[in-house]
Amino acid sequence: MTATLVPGRRTHPPVAPTVPWAGRYREYDLVKEFVVALVGVALLTAALAGIFSSPDVPQATLAQWSTAAPADFVLTAAAELDGTSGSATYGAPYNRTPDAAQKLGPVSLQHLAGVTTPISTATDFVVGPLDGTVGDPALKTALGQWHAAPAAQRQAWATAYDEALQAAPDNAAAQVAAGDYGPVPVMLNSLLGLARGGALEGALLLQGRFYRSDYTKPLLFLADGTYLEERARAEHLGGDQWGMMNETGSYPGQAWLWLYTFWYQVKPFSTSDNADVLVWAVMAVLSLGLICVPFLPGVRSLPRWIPVHRLIWRDYYRRSTG
Amino acid sequence: MTVTAAPHTWTGRLRGRVQQEFPGDTLLPDRQPIYVASWIYVFGVLTLAALLVVLASGAVLAVAGPQWWHGSGLGHYVNSLHLWSVELFMAFMVIHLWGKFWMAAWRGKRAMTWVTGALCFLGSIGTAFTGYLVQSNLDAQWISTQAKDGLNSAGIGAYFNVMDFGQMLMWHIVLLPSVIGALVVVHVLQVRRRGVVPPFDVGAADRGQAGARP
Repeated sequence: MTATLVPGRRTHPPVAPTVPWAGRYREYDLVKEFVVALVGVALLTAALAGIFSSPDVPQATLAQWSTAAPADFVLTAAAELDGTSGSATYGAPYNRTPDAAQKLGPVSLQHLAGVTTPISTATDFVVGPLDGTVGDPALKTALGQWHAAPAAQRQAWATAYDEALQAAPDNAAAQVAAGDYGPVPVMLNSLLGLARGGALEGALLLQGRFYRSDYTKPLLFLADGTYLEERARAEHLGGDQWGMMNETGSYPGQAWLWLYTFWYQVKPFSTSDNADVLVWAVMAVLSLGLICVPFLPGVRSLPRWIPVHRLIWRDYYRRSTG
Repeated sequence: MTVTAAPHTWTGRLRGRVQQEFPGDTLLPDRQPIYVASWIYVFGVLTLAALLVVLASGAVLAVAGPQWWHGSGLGHYVNSLHLWSVELFMAFMVIHLWGKFWMAAWRGKRAMTWVTGALCFLGSIGTAFTGYLVQSNLDAQWISTQAKDGLNSAGIGAYFNVMDFGQMLMWHIVLLPSVIGALVVVHVLQVRRRGVVPPFDVGAADRGQAGARP
């Protein structure tokens, strides 16, 4: 049967007719097509894996950080202790910091979701791991002084030492000006030793338990310093380097996240304090739009207006008009 | 003795519904309308094939555990298979999606075919993302500490913690693949049920009232 077409006809409804196809058919072996495709893709995958392998840049450890950048490590620990670090002031879901949560207009979804992973950086990142340390008389004395002091005194020591570290040349603990820091220098020096010995990861992860698979605390502590970011930027993973969609080395990574990453590169998102929630809102709307394309007037008509289908079905149209 | 379920039973009703929705050779036809003749049609089946390779390579990684590939040459190769099959899967799926967009493949009561396909695409992005989170290397550390901000800002991070390795591993190897698998099955069944969307401006002679579904 030869089909006939009316060139340029635009009178059909936008939805294709559901009436059965009455034109010609061609033999089409779906099973054979699938088997050939499966074998082909498997071989192509095997070849790509063999030729290009896959990246595996080793993880950053607290031992590496504390050895390579001890000043940054101690400065970060001081900020955790006096409650001024990124994690300490983050807000939900880690703690209740007023006005820290991002807002979408007047609504803060972050705040509404609540604190589900409560974290006290001073206790969880510094004092807790030190409390579990044995065999260090100086540390034992320092911790005794710390625990015996009123909260206001502890805060005053921690804040004073944090500010002194920031003012010291290269933030080096050895060059901190003299002051009333109480037991804080001893405590943070012991934490540095704990990290260098490789014991801090376990203390942060396990928090007194045997089994745990939640790395929230060690990762937050690591991310509060600059070591992880410096290593990530060296692998072109920074936020302003389209980092979320990149992979270490020269691998393609998550290229499909290009649109999500794109918004972070342009204003107003790139300069907004609420960038994350704004980008998520935009992506939620766009994702919903993708799902609802068949129901969106205008968008659903684009394929008719821009005749790429003439290329896809060129054989059919050629036969029909021939 | 063959016992046929009565139509009023749940089994009978289900059988009747299946036979109604997928009559004759609808599920596995050996012919297609003449317009099904373009390279763009290959990308649907290529996507399915790549998905199987993704699942197979992921299953091998699961057998030996999430740390195996860091210290084993064979494990690293299987991880490479997993990575590249995912890259191919996503590439094929994007081309398939664009092809179906330009065909306006939702026409003719095929809207749910598009909807399930779009959900597969979005779900696959989420599944791949969780895969990157459980690599347990520098990339995973950085991606998780960066991605938390977006998820937390939307209130999702309170329940979907990208820094919880155990939670992300379960999502990556159990929950999300199950959802994607179910969606893919529904998507393919809908393709078979409604058939391949016909071209725009089909001539009158091809728009018959009888015969198999297009």
